[in-house]
Amino acid sequence: MPSLLHSIGKNSVLLGFVVALSTAATVMTFMYTRTTIIEQEEIARSKALREILPTGYDNNLLASQRQIAPHGLLGETSAASVFTALAQGKPVAVILSLAAPDGYTGPIQLLVGVNKIGNIAGVRVTSHKETPGLGDKIELTKSDWILVFNGRSLTDPLPPQWRVRKDGGEFDGLTGATITPRAIVKAVRNTLQYVAENRVHLFDESPTD
Amino acid sequence: MNPPPISYRELTHNGLWKNNPALVQLLGLCPLLGVSNSVVNALGLGLATIVVLVCSNTIISLLRHQIPTTIRLPAYIIVIASLTTCVELLMRAYTYELYQILGIFIPIIVTNCAILGRADSFASRNSVIPSFWDGLVMGAGFLWVLVLLGAMREMFGSGTLFAQMSLIFGEVVNDWHLRILPTDIVTLAIILPPGAFICAGLLIALKNEIDYRIALHKQSTAPIHSGHKRVRVTGHI
Repeated sequence: MPSLLHSIGKNSVLLGFVVALSTAATVMTFMYTRTTIIEQEEIARSKALREILPTGYDNNLLASQRQIAPHGLLGETSAASVFTALAQGKPVAVILSLAAPDGYTGPIQLLVGVNKIGNIAGVRVTSHKETPGLGDKIELTKSDWILVFNGRSLTDPLPPQWRVRKDGGEFDGLTGATITPRAIVKAVRNTLQYVAENRVHLFDESPTD
Repeated sequence: MNPPPISYRELTHNGLWKNNPALVQLLGLCPLLGVSNSVVNALGLGLATIVVLVCSNTIISLLRHQIPTTIRLPAYIIVIASLTTCVELLMRAYTYELYQILGIFIPIIVTNCAILGRADSFASRNSVIPSFWDGLVMGAGFLWVLVLLGAMREMFGSGTLFAQMSLIFGEVVNDWHLRILPTDIVTLAIILPPGAFICAGLLIALKNEIDYRIALHKQSTAPIHSGHKRVRVTGHI
């Protein structure tokens, strides 16, 4: 028995040694890449924000991010947040970061930009798990479908028409994918609705305006 | 007791063709089928796999006298897992957009049996330089099949070739993008998982056919030895 105990002890020490070495290597790589990774993530996020709102404001959009209290129109399951574009201290547009909850394979993360006059500045998908080759045409790198929302508002088209063509609405779908565009059209419409209902808060308007 | 000398030529032939991890050993099918829907994805994951495979073979070969056989598998998995984590972190830092596409497939490198397979069957029994070389050629064997599969599926599934290569090589290669087929005649099924199986099957069949032709050719050109023919007359037939 002592020899068994001895070999167990020896093997444990050896395995512990391997673990320690591997962990040390991982930790070192982590420390070495940490700042670059944070930078890259910020660049990627601010790039998407700048695509939606290229000009017309003078603040740092990324730094203006605020959390929004959960709201049924913004997909209650995950936290939404808002970026506010200011010109001379006055809000001129907002970009909402939210999840369309009913994608084909889970929530679709969206950025929806809305101008002060209530029309869409732009919509971008930031992350999703939709089917490659079908649902992933919602990415701007794959197709320009997502640009159909540019300039639209709650009056253009009227709310009953805010659907994909298949459901009797105005928006083109994607070949082979029904659920994905439906989820996004619905999320964009709901976002416009939310912005319309919360103008006072989002655009800092005094109630008397 | 010395093992037979290692032939680098034979190692290379094994990795790239004869004992190809993807076409013959059929190891690492999960990443092979999962990310082969475009050339850029295939190349990205293939390169990441080579890095992990070369490093794991080298490290495991260095530790081969220290690690007893009883704990070799957990030790190898730990080494491979931390190497994969390091590669993932480096990709996040330096090729962030590619990382966003390949994201979920990078951790899967850990479960790529080709890597554990080479660690156990080669690196743990051979010295450092042959192990390094074995990792490199086995990785290259995996890479070329992955990229070929990616090219097949991208061509017939999306109708393009080399789309978005700038994710790996930067903006200079933006004009590599080729449109091979118009979008209305491409076959969606090729991009989806069944297409991966069908294309991989075709590649395996093609390799077997080439091997068969080579064997046939060798047979027909080999000199025929004359001599006695011994006919088996006893025992079971």
